[in-house]
Order: sequence, then C-alpha cells, then structure tokens
Amino acid sequence: MKILNCPINGPRPLQEFHFGGELRPNPLDRKDGADADWADYVFNRDGEPGVKREWWYHIPSGTWFIAERDNVTDQFQRTYLYGAEQTDG
Amino acid sequence: MPYRLLKYALHKDHPEPRMFRAPERLKEEYDAVIIGGGGHGLGAAYYLAKEHGITSVAVLEKGYIGGGGTGRNTAIVRSNYLTPEGARFYQESVDLFRDLSREFNFNLFYSERGHFTLAHSPASLNTQRWRAEVNKHLGIDSEVVDRAFIKKTVPEIDLDAGGHQAPIYGALYHPPGAIARHDAVAWGYARGADQRGAEIHQQTAVTGVEVRDGEVAGVHTDKGFIKTRKVLSAVAGWTTSITRMVGLRTPLVIHPLQALVTEPLKPWLNSIVVSASLHLYMSQSSRGELVAGASLDPYELISMRSTLDFAEGMSAGMLDLFPFLGDVKILRQWAGLCDMTPDFSPIMGTTPIKGFYIDAGWGTWGFKATPVSGKTMAWTMANDHDHELIKAFNLSRFGRFQLVGEKGAASVGH
Repeated sequence: MKILNCPINGPRPLQEFHFGGELRPNPLDRKDGADADWADYVFNRDGEPGVKREWWYHIPSGTWFIAERDNVTDQFQRTYLYGAEQTDG
Repeated sequence: MPYRLLKYALHKDHPEPRMFRAPERLKEEYDAVIIGGGGHGLGAAYYLAKEHGITSVAVLEKGYIGGGGTGRNTAIVRSNYLTPEGARFYQESVDLFRDLSREFNFNLFYSERGHFTLAHSPASLNTQRWRAEVNKHLGIDSEVVDRAFIKKTVPEIDLDAGGHQAPIYGALYHPPGAIARHDAVAWGYARGADQRGAEIHQQTAVTGVEVRDGEVAGVHTDKGFIKTRKVLSAVAGWTTSITRMVGLRTPLVIHPLQALVTEPLKPWLNSIVVSASLHLYMSQSSRGELVAGASLDPYELISMRSTLDFAEGMSAGMLDLFPFLGDVKILRQWAGLCDMTPDFSPIMGTTPIKGFYIDAGWGTWGFKATPVSGKTMAWTMANDHDHELIKAFNLSRFGRFQLVGEKGAASVGH
C-alpha cells in the first residue's frame, strides 16, 4: 500500500487522497489580462518529467496541502500546508 | 512437421526475411526525421514514401517499435464519436483499417465484433440515445438497443450485475466496432516504409532538437547529430519530454492507464463490452484471452508501473458482468501512458516552429486513429500546412479558445 504523509494527519494510505493538479501561480496576481496569457493559464500545464509541486486533498479530514513528488518515480519527497513551505521542511 | 521447419532448424542463418532492415548507422542528413517508432510514426513514414515520394526518412525509436502505446492499448477500433471533426476523422481511420491487411499483405486480424456501451441508469441511457442520434446524423452506424438485444447477443452477461451494481437498462450499439492485432499494425507500417526506402533506427534516443531562428535544423541523438529540416514528434506519452527540447508549451498531462489479459478461453465473447459505470471495457482476443482495460490512473505519472488496486477493481467489474469468470486467472497486467488534452481531442499538425510537427494528445484514443494519423501527418509534413481533416486539432486551438470537446473520446472514465 502506498502511503502519503498528510501534514495534519500523518501517514495515511493513498486511497484517502485526491490529486488536485499542479501548483500554479494565482491568476489574480497577474497584472496583464491578454487573451493569450489567459489561454496559457487556463489550458497549458507543466506535464514534463521531474519533481513537481502539486495540490493533494486528504478526503476524510478535508485537508488541502502541497506535495512535492517526482512524477517519474512516483516518490513523494515532502508535504506541507500551502504557504508553510519554509517552516515545514 | 513440415520439412521447411526442419530445414530451418538445421540452417545456420534464419532464412525467413526480416520485417525491416536494421541500418548500421545514421546518415548525416535526412529529408525528414520522425521521433517515435509506434504506429503513428511508422504510419507517417509509410505514407510519406507511398503518397508523397519522400523516402529519405529516419524513424528514431528509443526502445523497440510498437513498444509504447501501440502495443499497450486494448486494440479497439470504433468511430462512434460526437463532434463532426472527430467523427469524420475516425470514420476515415476505420475505412483505412478495413483495407490495411490487404494493402500490407499481412494479416492484422481485423475483426468487426460490434461494440456495446452499457447504460446502468436511465440518465445514462438518455446520453446513449443522444450519442446514437448524433452518430446517425454524422452517418455512423450506431443505435440504442434494449436489454433483450444485449442478452441475445451476449448471453453470458448478467444484466443485473449480480445486484452489486445498478442494472443494465440498455446500451449504445456500434456494429462496426472492431479489434485488431495492434503490434502487427506497427510491423505492417514498418515493413511498408522500409521497403520504400525509409530507415528504422531502434535503440536510438533523441536527446535534443536543434532549432535555429525559429526553424528546425536537426536532431541530436545518442548516436550523433542528424541534419534535417522536418521533424515529427510522434511519441504520445513522452511528448512533454520532446516539447521541452524545443520550448513549446502544451496542455498535455500524462496519466498511466492499466489493462490486463486473462488466461486463454475457448471463444465465447464475440462483442466488445464497455461499462462506464464499472470503469471497464473488455473483448476476447483471437488467442482467446479476455483483454480488459480501465479508466486512467487517478493522478499524473510518467511511469508504466502496475498496481494491485487496478487488478482488484478490474476483476470486480468483470465478475459483476460475467460471474462465471470467477475461476479464470489473470495472466498479466501492464500500463501504457496517456497524454491527455483538456478537450479529449488530439494535438496534430504544424507548430510555431517551422519544420516541427506534432502528433500528440493521443490519450486513450490513439490506436484507432493510427492509419488516419499517419496519412494526414505525412500530408501535413509534405505540404507544410495542416491537412483538412486535422485543421481543428492544431495546437493553436487552445490560444484561440476553440476546443474540440470530444465527449465520445473514450468509453470510460472522463
């Protein structure tokens, strides 16, 4: 069984989690609003191989958090609550 | 035992001709380089030579031909799609498939079985009715059938799914739905391309694509640099590694999709049976194995690992429909990579980089498109603009917000 470490609930089986896609900059932080930029934000993704920062959701407790995961080896490197990257190393 | 076989046993060299040559080294320059020796890439090489007279072509394959999506899908061919763009495109593919064995002089075991998409709720049956009407409007043989018809055609099915799942209310039935020997499609195209002068280089990995002033200038490989002005990326699940080399942003994300086969049984299942509710599609191969596939794995991964979750889930679904399979063993399971687009349509054709062509976004619908993709991509490369059938699938559609929402793309799991 694959285990993922929820920052609130500790190690839990992967079946309790839902994948939420890559962590992307908040679009409201963007100064521009050109169609091409919006299209890039809406559709394009970083689907390349490597270590990714992703949203994950612990279903039983309703916890959204960030996981750093290698999308080739499927190894989770670390998990932390959004914004807590520095303290929860 | 035939004498021929005995003679082979005593002979030093194997007298059967190889399907295609294995060139010793790469040339310095080709008119076109195709990255990826799957059905799509080999198909493009075949049609480039056959229909456009372009024979100075190298197909570069980092593994062995047909070892990616081509050899990992569940070999289903159908055309009951929902957008006019998709329906026209896949109908052309079915038409090409039907003639392919004869064209190759090589038996692909193309076998029309009839394709059921089961509806486990009245709402689902309404959706199937809508699909059937859209299909008919687009000239595709497709209709809604009732329980009695399903039971008559597939007598072994439990229409009430053992009471564990919602019962079957009816199905969308697509008589031309077929299966084919998928690796033979790659070999057939490989042999045809090779006979016409194209070179197939297996065990040759692309490490970079040289772009100068917005134009393709060549390809770096682990066996040296090749000069060329035209490059086709036909690597499906590995597309994001190639687009990274040329700095092209795409919407593609990669998910594995798993499938399995059981031990061989005597022929009993003629039809292709799909249940979206059970995340299951299955058919019986010409070897007698039941071939079954699932929906996508639930998160992005560029790896072809298998999971126990899948084997358990798939077995449960198969037993709900066909309880008598309880004693049948799973022979093997595997995964293939699906490069998913947000609208479930492929990404095909020209790109902002002159001479760089893309054939990607094949998600769960790539095998059935093999002949038409090869043909239209060859045309696109030869003429340097998009073939009529694939105009709607250009990468630029996302920048224009002109998606081709293809809800009929995969049978399950979107």
